[in-house]
Amino acid sequence: MSLSGTLANTPPIDSVGVAERVARFSTRSIKKTSKMEALKLALSMIDLTTLEGKDTEDKVRRLCYKARHLHVDLPDLPTVAAVCVYPTMVKVAREELNDCGVKVAAVATSFPSGQDDLSLRIRQTKGAVRHGAQEIDMVISRGRFLAGDYQYVTDEIVAVKEACGEAHLKVILETGELYTLENVRKASDIAIHAGADFIKTSTGKVQPAATMEVTLVMLEAIRDHFQETGKIVGMKPAGGISNSKIAIRYLVMLRETLGNRWLTPKLFRFGASSLANDLLMQIVKQSSGVYQSSNYFSID
Amino acid sequence: MSRNSPDKRLSVAKTYKLYIGGKFPRTESGRTFEARSHSGDLLANLCRASRKDLREAVVVARKAFPGWAKRSGYNRGQILYRIAEMMEGRIDQLVNEVSSQGVSPQKALKEVETSIERFVHYAGWADKYAQVHSSVNPVSSSHFNFSVPEPMGIVGIIPPNEPSLLGLATLLAPALAGGNVTISLVSETRPLAPATFAEILHSSDVPPGVVNILTGFRKELLPDFSTHMDVNAILAADLSTKEKKLTEENSALNLKRVVHLPSKAISATDNPGLSPILSLQETKTTWHPIGT
Repeated sequence: MSLSGTLANTPPIDSVGVAERVARFSTRSIKKTSKMEALKLALSMIDLTTLEGKDTEDKVRRLCYKARHLHVDLPDLPTVAAVCVYPTMVKVAREELNDCGVKVAAVATSFPSGQDDLSLRIRQTKGAVRHGAQEIDMVISRGRFLAGDYQYVTDEIVAVKEACGEAHLKVILETGELYTLENVRKASDIAIHAGADFIKTSTGKVQPAATMEVTLVMLEAIRDHFQETGKIVGMKPAGGISNSKIAIRYLVMLRETLGNRWLTPKLFRFGASSLANDLLMQIVKQSSGVYQSSNYFSID
Repeated sequence: MSRNSPDKRLSVAKTYKLYIGGKFPRTESGRTFEARSHSGDLLANLCRASRKDLREAVVVARKAFPGWAKRSGYNRGQILYRIAEMMEGRIDQLVNEVSSQGVSPQKALKEVETSIERFVHYAGWADKYAQVHSSVNPVSSSHFNFSVPEPMGIVGIIPPNEPSLLGLATLLAPALAGGNVTISLVSETRPLAPATFAEILHSSDVPPGVVNILTGFRKELLPDFSTHMDVNAILAADLSTKEKKLTEENSALNLKRVVHLPSKAISATDNPGLSPILSLQETKTTWHPIGT
């Protein structure tokens, strides 16, 4: 796929402006019923994630159980959007989740570094899809990107997208390794251009992970692309979003940048593990009036 | 005298803040209340903590608990003794602050000295109470059966309004010696010395989050202390009948333990000894299989 034109349209990023805009989102006061709605919406947008070398099948089963039964005392809660695991765990996760509506997402393409032959990374993607992954979270080659080889990055996304078949493709930019907001915007444009269904900030293995600044730049890339071509792309900040307050700020930013249309788990996700319990504790706090303890919630 | 007069320096008034997680934040609510001298002069403005400040304190205390409970009693004792050392070093400031709010200088000195004594006393107990309270229990099966005390977790401390520093010290020291982490809502009427005490803690090797100090109104915050599901116990002295009832009823929510210390024990020169430590411990009993 040719890149001509794509990068020419990439606007310069005013980082001071981004910081100020982000600061504004943090001042919105979301209370009572709107807060309750926001908490539930955030809950429904979570990709419940476990990506560790020490993951076992039982840990994944437990996570899947949690995805379906967030808190027994609150029967009318939504479920989370997906469970995100390594490719080896996709089978187990599919078995557990059946067709209950919670999707199985797999990180593939030599996550988290992406440092491997493209052919192997594509094979891994195909394997994950064959085992039942409905969503694939791929990483881009940051080294190539930083070296200026944008064509390579475009081609690898196109190739992985093809390997995904029916599965949704989320492209992880790993913004913590891209250094500048300009690079984040450039990488977003490339990923969207190459056919990403979602663009995602981080693997969670590199600090800084998701920040509101990079997320805003990525949301604006999505908006500009939508206005130009009408194509809708989703967004997934991941890593470091650990409590309800921050999650609600992201939702405010999403609403004020992309509008109501994006306020759905189909187009926005949080990659997180401990966020779910914090949201649950806030929801119970809202209804009972009493501050909660993690002792009364399932392990995350 | 005019402000510009060369020989009269305009003194810098101290800002008293909250102590949460080893930091000194202002209250998130932005509210303040006044501390006045006996004759009614304004001494300082203090933060009027809100329930959200309490919530933050509970979060950091919960994080600090495993580390503090896991330290050896000996090490906790050293840290308690360090608190006493640091108080000794700032004894003049503490006495001034206590006496500025209507306590005679002699009595204020006595109060500060006794407060220091409390920490020395409980520094000594920190590595001993477990032996005293542990037991090997006779059982008629092939088990080695033993019981040891373990700290409860987060203790909400509601000291009496007066004496403010001694009240805080008397309740805080045994809770800490026993490995608990604490959130104290200090005196409304004489908050200066307890607020300064936070600075002493800060320089006494107490890990962040183990002691949190809030200034504010008991009427506003007691319901939140007593309903919070992540607070494991309340240690109080000098609560009114109404406050006692409220605290105990709310505490039923998560079976918080509520311990009242009599006012006599607070002001006594003699140290209250072992029982306040044990009142904030859970007994764990282990059945260890052995050969017949």
